[in-house]
Amino acid sequence: MTTTKWTDRRVETIVGNLLRIGVLLSAAIILAGGLVFLVRHGTEPANYRIFRGEPSDLRHVRGIVRTAAALRGRGIIQLGLLLLIATPIARVAFSLFGFAEENDRMYMAFTAIVLVILVYSLVGTA
Amino acid sequence: MNNLEFSLAIGVCSLGAGFLGALTGLGGGVVLVPLLTIVFHVDIRYAIGTSLVSVIATSSGAAAAYVREGFTNIRVGMFLEIATTLGALLGAFLALVVPTAAIAIIFGVVLLYSAYLSGRPQPVVPVDDQPDALATRLRMNGSYPSLDGPRAYYVHKVPTGFSLMFGAGALSGLLGIGSGAVKVLAMDQAMKIPFKVSTTTSNFMIGVTAAASAGVYLNRGYIDPGLALPVTLGVLGGSLLGVQLLTRTRTHRLRLVFGAVIVLLGLEMIYKGAVGRI
Repeated sequence: MTTTKWTDRRVETIVGNLLRIGVLLSAAIILAGGLVFLVRHGTEPANYRIFRGEPSDLRHVRGIVRTAAALRGRGIIQLGLLLLIATPIARVAFSLFGFAEENDRMYMAFTAIVLVILVYSLVGTA
Repeated sequence: MNNLEFSLAIGVCSLGAGFLGALTGLGGGVVLVPLLTIVFHVDIRYAIGTSLVSVIATSSGAAAAYVREGFTNIRVGMFLEIATTLGALLGAFLALVVPTAAIAIIFGVVLLYSAYLSGRPQPVVPVDDQPDALATRLRMNGSYPSLDGPRAYYVHKVPTGFSLMFGAGALSGLLGIGSGAVKVLAMDQAMKIPFKVSTTTSNFMIGVTAAASAGVYLNRGYIDPGLALPVTLGVLGGSLLGVQLLTRTRTHRLRLVFGAVIVLLGLEMIYKGAVGRI
């Protein structure tokens, strides 16, 4: 059984670290936004019984970045969530380079398909 | 409840869900949606959107530890992600049009089936040491670390696994769960991949699958920051604790206990959906 470069420990460790950094960074942003949100709105009643849907500023990449930049708690949390959603997408993008490094055209194609689906979901379904 | 009390209560419950989810390989999402809807009376659409994001956190957070263990089969995972992400997109679009009562009933049925899968004795999959032509052409065969050094295995029945994965993705997108149970079933039972490799590769795939439907949910306003705050942080913390214990614990008894909880939640979801109180 031959093991190729991409599936060896070294690259797997990089991928693992990438995921961990992405998750920890987004968790830190969510926590920071959560503190802002709870300090300002902690004593207001929580009501999620009725579905209203989020305002458009919290639905799209540009609106989320703008709301977070205005230091609104909910906007910062949403930015952290956006980063969280982007983390596995970054992993797939990184895999593309991994397979390219060992000239594995077949798996580069598979990875590209997955990447297109992910990017379409995030920016193409608005 | 005010926002602070609500966040603390949900945060603690999410911690437990993430812990058990990581330890059993079933994911936290499977109990989160019933927990949020039944106990905290959250609208199921918010619950699904939030759960889905926390599923990404669980998968990515745990993957770092899994990858170090060297169990994950990256090629199998990447190939099958084509099926799961397409399924996830379909599931997310279905979730926008299917009535919430119907989603609750489907959720309940999936919970019961997950419990059945985790509760039954692990069927012994006969070792098939004949290489499969398609899997070999796709370079999927691998090896995993065992006490006697690396042990090689052959992957089988790729088309069956691919179809099951499409279904797993659709369920994930429709219900906001990782559908790890179906993914493990597809790899472990159908494709004859060793159990540890199946569970870790499943975890590896769950985040990517969930990201494919999370984009749709975000764009349609299903992901609420106030709700996602305690759920995401709680589930992430719990899953990191759980995965620390994963390689040192025999999970059979735990799966039975977790299975019993899932049965109760499943029956409750079906009942609530049937009487339209969801």
